[in-house]
Amino acid sequence: MTPSDIQLQADGRLRHFLTIDGLDRRLLTDILDTAESFTGVSERTIKKVPLLRGKVICNLFFENSTRTRTTFEVAAKRLSADVLNLNISTSATTKGETLLDTLRNLEAMHVDMFVVRHADSGAAHFIARHAAPHVSVINAGDGRHAHPTQAMLDMFTIRRNKGDFTGLRVAIVGDILHSRVARSQILALNTLGTSEVRVIAPRTLLPADCRSLGVHVFHDLEQGIRDVDVIIMLRLQKERMRGALLPSEHEYFQLYGLTETRLRQARDDAIVMHPGPINRGVEMDSQVADGPRSVILQQVSFGIAIRMAVMSMALGSQAGGQA
Amino acid sequence: MNNNSYLKNAAIEGLLTEMAQDIRSRLDTAQISDPAMIGIHTGGAWLAERLHQGLAIGSPLGTLDISFYRDDFTRIGMNPEVKPSHIPFPVEDRHIILVDDVLHTGRTIRAAMNEIFDYGRPASIMLVSLVERSGRELPIQADVVGIHTPLDADQHITLSGPEPLALTINQGGRNARKDCTT
Repeated sequence: MTPSDIQLQADGRLRHFLTIDGLDRRLLTDILDTAESFTGVSERTIKKVPLLRGKVICNLFFENSTRTRTTFEVAAKRLSADVLNLNISTSATTKGETLLDTLRNLEAMHVDMFVVRHADSGAAHFIARHAAPHVSVINAGDGRHAHPTQAMLDMFTIRRNKGDFTGLRVAIVGDILHSRVARSQILALNTLGTSEVRVIAPRTLLPADCRSLGVHVFHDLEQGIRDVDVIIMLRLQKERMRGALLPSEHEYFQLYGLTETRLRQARDDAIVMHPGPINRGVEMDSQVADGPRSVILQQVSFGIAIRMAVMSMALGSQAGGQA
Repeated sequence: MNNNSYLKNAAIEGLLTEMAQDIRSRLDTAQISDPAMIGIHTGGAWLAERLHQGLAIGSPLGTLDISFYRDDFTRIGMNPEVKPSHIPFPVEDRHIILVDDVLHTGRTIRAAMNEIFDYGRPASIMLVSLVERSGRELPIQADVVGIHTPLDADQHITLSGPEPLALTINQGGRNARKDCTT
């Protein structure tokens, strides 16, 4: 079964949200439109709608992530769902068995949705394949593979600031090799019809197959961001690096750190994004991070709306399937 | 399926003029000088736009999409065409005029009132509906009605618009409208 088969219902609606791969432009646009309608909820006196009242959503985090877990939790609570937070440290050897056992136990507690973060690529797919038929799974980041809700909140931020994807030049800068975010972003940008997607990185931080993803590759930052509308900076994934891929962080900043001076190469109205957490003075200057072009905090707010959209669409399609 | 034109734009505009007069006299009787108006997506919002202008209401018009408050989410799932609700004034202690196109089961109004209360506690809500038809499932009635239309259970009345407005009666097709909670 291919990933897209498993994450869609027979009628084409979203059942799980595991990867951008295999989802068409219409569905991605549906997610963005639905998120748009949820943005207002955060500005009300009562920041809640009753849509998922009585549903139980379990945050299953095998890898730490305060921001992602918190925004998923806030999103679920704004939809009136009950939330269970489980932080499970992985034991590398018995993982397969432990995962299934954990799953069965939680299903016995009548959980309706798992939000899964795991250091291994494919973990969310594994859980989706083995979960009970009424359960939906959302991938909150699996290894180097995918982080689809992060990619969609980035698409939402771009659409809010730039209106449309056609005609846009977008540059993704940094550790493409270890980044599940970059992989999902590239897929989403191309599916939504972005004119040009560039990746800018040292050769050691680029995957071998990266041209096949439909991107233009640059090794020089200033050259790469020339005339772009959107710059997405990636975090250096120090925890995933094995061996000497970089001489030093200082060296990295000298070559790939975004500064006000370098930013002048981009279009005057270019926006700067970062999935967080920022390593200030490594990926970018504080001046840029806190500057007028930075939309980094918008990304966090929009992350809640995107997660509300994906959760309600997946659980809503489950409902339809039973009718 | 059988579609019959029921009322055309001119007739609807006539009803709206009468409804505006009715609303005005009710506001006067209740001594409400500064009401606010909310239209329910999509048809109610079209009508509210005209009434809002006709009554020269000071507060900007609010619109409500009740998709997140529906009682049939667990049966039919997410409405893919959901619009953002937009209430551009504080609801707290305001006298609200709530506008919808067709009052049928009463479930939309139940959902709309729940949503309004999540913005604040209004002083009062007056319900205005262009069409009041048979088939109520909840104890909800309109204060101001354009036209009373008795219909069979398998008949559906739909407002199309915004320019021109028209009411159509559909025979037999329960799936004539995706949104059947009116």
